[in-house]
Amino acid sequence: MTASDDIVDTLSFFDSWEDRYRYMIDLGKEIPSMPDDLKTEERLVPGCQSQVWIDYTIKNNKFIFQVDSDALIVKGLLAIVMAAYQKKNADEILAFNIQDYFEKLDLIKHLSPTRGNGLKAMVEKIKAIARIKE
Amino acid sequence: MQNSNTPHLKHPGFDVEKVRADFPILSQAVNQHSLVYFDNGATAQKPNSVIDAISHYYQTTNSNVHRGAHYLSDKATQEFESARSCIQKFINAAHREEIIWTRGTTESINLVAQTWGRENISKDDEIIISTLEHHSNIVPWQLLCQQSGAQLKVIKVKKNGQLDFNHFKSLLSDKTKLVAIGHISNALGVINPVEEIIKLSHQYGALILIDGAQAMPHLILDVEKLDCDFYAFSGHKMFGPMGIGVLYGKQDLLNAMPPWQAGGEMIEKVSFEGTTFNQLPYKFEAGTPNVAGAIGLAAAADYLDSFDRDALADYENFLLDYATIALSKIEGLKIIGDNCEKASVISFNIEGCHSQDLGMMLDQQGIAVRTGHHCAMPLMDALEISGTVRASLCFYNTTNEIDRLCQGIEKAKSMLI
Ligand SMILES: Cc1ncc(COP(=O)(O)O)c(C=O)c1O
Repeated sequence: MTASDDIVDTLSFFDSWEDRYRYMIDLGKEIPSMPDDLKTEERLVPGCQSQVWIDYTIKNNKFIFQVDSDALIVKGLLAIVMAAYQKKNADEILAFNIQDYFEKLDLIKHLSPTRGNGLKAMVEKIKAIARIKE
Repeated sequence: MQNSNTPHLKHPGFDVEKVRADFPILSQAVNQHSLVYFDNGATAQKPNSVIDAISHYYQTTNSNVHRGAHYLSDKATQEFESARSCIQKFINAAHREEIIWTRGTTESINLVAQTWGRENISKDDEIIISTLEHHSNIVPWQLLCQQSGAQLKVIKVKKNGQLDFNHFKSLLSDKTKLVAIGHISNALGVINPVEEIIKLSHQYGALILIDGAQAMPHLILDVEKLDCDFYAFSGHKMFGPMGIGVLYGKQDLLNAMPPWQAGGEMIEKVSFEGTTFNQLPYKFEAGTPNVAGAIGLAAAADYLDSFDRDALADYENFLLDYATIALSKIEGLKIIGDNCEKASVISFNIEGCHSQDLGMMLDQQGIAVRTGHHCAMPLMDALEISGTVRASLCFYNTTNEIDRLCQGIEKAKSMLI
């Protein structure tokens, strides 16, 4: 099972919002925090209510993303997005059906991409990175 | 029974359940909880009388105004114009021509900036605003200053959210052409001393525009008594529909101002040799207006007028006191904007919790608040915070809902910290 399927699966298993949010917060906590000197204006994702930073390096054509947010749940959302894109190459990133993934999450969890939670902006930023390096 | 955590305050004896019955949206469930709507500062809910007025208009009267030679057009025009008179009385304006329909506060302010401003502001002039302003009362003046070379001066704010009045006095000079100030801060709920600000501004020969977006749902407005030159507000924040708002302006000023948007309605005669413009208020109302919106807004004003407004204010003050005491008991919670005159708005932060996380977790519990910078980024910078959680209350809210907010915060805290 892929990392993203795994998340959809686990989230669908919970039946209270508390469990879902605890799980998301834990997912976020598993992501190592970004060193402060990397938290620059260029790495900031525009259009999010909290601060969200995305940085990347490329190894063997695959993108290694480093991400962070000052809000815990948003960091969990970043982890959910990362499950789709981490260590993938540009083609895989652009081909991934994120809409379908969000719909699966939304059906179970109201995790739809709204301007408020920044999901959409995160995805745009990652795709923009992949497009430049394609 | 009140438990030990709920504040003991004398209830003003306001029948809130009766009022809540007027607002159908309030009785729904959100995320399996009964809705607690504490986002009134963003937009207020609508009473049945407003909803009915709009639907009645479309069912019985809909027609274009000021042009048709038929029964429905006459009827629509009459209702549209009597809505104008209703708002005139509601804010105690001297003339009905002083009520210009706009899309809302934002458009009202832009109208003044782009007509009065373009005609009267030039290099070496100064415009004063404050750090507390909503972006809608900042950016139109920034644009005007860019276009004209004028200077924008900004009144500082104290740590408790109050305007630094001495700083305001020090900014005033004979270069000051306009002072544009919010009546009530949307981010913190702080009520500004607009009477004094207006008097002082006039002493320096400056005009004064008040952004009343947040004041209209809470205060009784008397523009004659205030003696402001312009007053801008939105229908949707005062229980009326979205997409309608008002610019009040003194008649002489409005008459002297050039038109802004051009099109139908605002002209007297159009020819390729030269076009002449309609008189007030139509000069500023190009195109087909929001007739249903105007009628809905008048219904909202009538709704407010059906109460003893002082009783509404007393009840809102009671809610504010209750919420302030209850929230202050939460460890790590800091209210932003305190020890000053306020409307029933509480902005706060909790140590170790991001406002967005709190907002999302409150939402899961059926509680609607606003989080973030509240379209007041310069204020957030001045207070050195990235945002707040804002609970903006109004007369249909209850102490029970405030208790639920407190419980919701405790729950979110236990998961976040
Ligand atoms: C103080 C203040 N001014 C202006 C506005 C803008 O109002 P509108 O979006 O209705 O034009 C708002 C709305 O949030 C406000 O609170």
